[in-house]
Amino acid sequence: MTVDPEPLSPTSSKLSVRDVSKRFVSGSREIHALDRVSLEIGEGEFVCLVGPSGCGKSTLLNLIAGLDHADAGAVLNDGAAIDAPGRDRMMMFQESALFPWLDVLGNVLFGLKLKPTLTKAERVEVARHYLRLVGLEKFEHAYVHQLSGGMKQRVALARALAPNPRVLLMDEPFGALDALTREQLYGDLQDIWAKHRKTIIFVTHNVREAVCLGDRVILFSPHPGRIREEFVIDLPRPRDINSVDLARYSTRITAALKNHVNRQGEISE
Amino acid sequence: MKRILLIVSFFAALFVGWEMLVRAGIWSAVLVPSPLSVGEYLWSALRDGTLVDSSWVTMRRLLAGYVAGIALGLPLGLLTARFRFLRDTLGLVALGLQTLPSVCWVPLALLWFGQTEGAMFFVVVMGTVWSMIIATENGVRNVPPIYARAALTMGSSGIHTWVCVLLPASLPFVVSGMKQGWAFAWRSLMAAEIYVTVLSGFGLGHLLHYGRELNAMEQVIGVMFVIIGIGLLADKALFSPWERFLHRRWGTTA
Repeated sequence: MTVDPEPLSPTSSKLSVRDVSKRFVSGSREIHALDRVSLEIGEGEFVCLVGPSGCGKSTLLNLIAGLDHADAGAVLNDGAAIDAPGRDRMMMFQESALFPWLDVLGNVLFGLKLKPTLTKAERVEVARHYLRLVGLEKFEHAYVHQLSGGMKQRVALARALAPNPRVLLMDEPFGALDALTREQLYGDLQDIWAKHRKTIIFVTHNVREAVCLGDRVILFSPHPGRIREEFVIDLPRPRDINSVDLARYSTRITAALKNHVNRQGEISE
Repeated sequence: MKRILLIVSFFAALFVGWEMLVRAGIWSAVLVPSPLSVGEYLWSALRDGTLVDSSWVTMRRLLAGYVAGIALGLPLGLLTARFRFLRDTLGLVALGLQTLPSVCWVPLALLWFGQTEGAMFFVVVMGTVWSMIIATENGVRNVPPIYARAALTMGSSGIHTWVCVLLPASLPFVVSGMKQGWAFAWRSLMAAEIYVTVLSGFGLGHLLHYGRELNAMEQVIGVMFVIIGIGLLADKALFSPWERFLHRRWGTTA
């Protein structure tokens, strides 16, 4: 494992999900979002959670983020139970969730302002560093509505990276983007991950995307949400989503997914 | 440039037509004074200071009540959005009282405060505060939940989330509530001033009222112009900057 150039706390981050169950009540229906799910994720690993809608993959991400609580089981971060959001675990959503009343730099600064140890100048410097990293240093004074969908997600990525979290939680972050923009971002994300070695948990229903990005692809099935299978993706990086080797993996995983889900649809390759 | 020319010539034609209709005797000069005599009244009232004095009295009442109404309504709106109990109680009260035309507060204000500045203040606050509460509450409840979730993961919580996320995120609603509150306050104050004589200051409403008593139509119409002018000015000075800010940031078009 490469050494992170930025200061990290000395303990190694390790996420464990142990026998976690979660139910929601929506109207008169009860949804069994997660049923005794267990998962171990090591420091610096890139793990993709794949499955059709309703399989609980986003729920699991929310539990790890500390935005929600499990009904049973435990979610541990370095052995300590997660009960609230923390800056060591930053989240990125399908919509950018950028704040329209702030400009691009203001958005990236938002999380940094809550870090009391930095001076104002340091914060701006850090924010600019991450805007450079995602290639948007020229847009620091632009407003959110002036950006394209892909640029918005780049800003959201910079905002999530700026407080230097150890874990990056990504909930279908590229789902709403066009194919070309997505491909660029696959490259950028792999680049950033290779340089910074964050632990990344990436939720998607796009199998190819998962194979392109993940060290491991975890397959979920819905009603109740369960982990069905796990695939280790042994391909060299950076990976090209259009490569034949990658297609071979995704064909296999898609077949497995169809097998588990049976007539549930909503699977995109 | 061409646009400005068109605007100017439109209004010039309007005034010339008006003047001619009066001069030709088609419109009675008693009921519709000529624009020139209205202009004369305005000029003399401006010179002897009555216009400036009463405009000042009216604006002072309006601003004091309006600022108080917002200072009261904004936090109450936030609290109403935050606590279900307040939403079920104060929210309902606000909704009910907002439908009450604010002029209807005048009789009550007179009985409570007498013919005083206090009564005027009360009427203006009542005109502002309910709209403000409803707009703020509505604004907060229309904030996409993802903003609060994103802020939570970045370490924001409690008061910080309210002040730095929910309040700015609901600004489009808050500003339209401020605008509505202004409209209600302005109308109710005018009604109150026409209806009630308060000895501590004669506002524009009084001037309008005495114009009628004296059958001075040029005064009535002149003061009406001043009232329209103040309304337009407030719109430009008070709300345009906010609206420009919102359009620029949110990318909505006017």
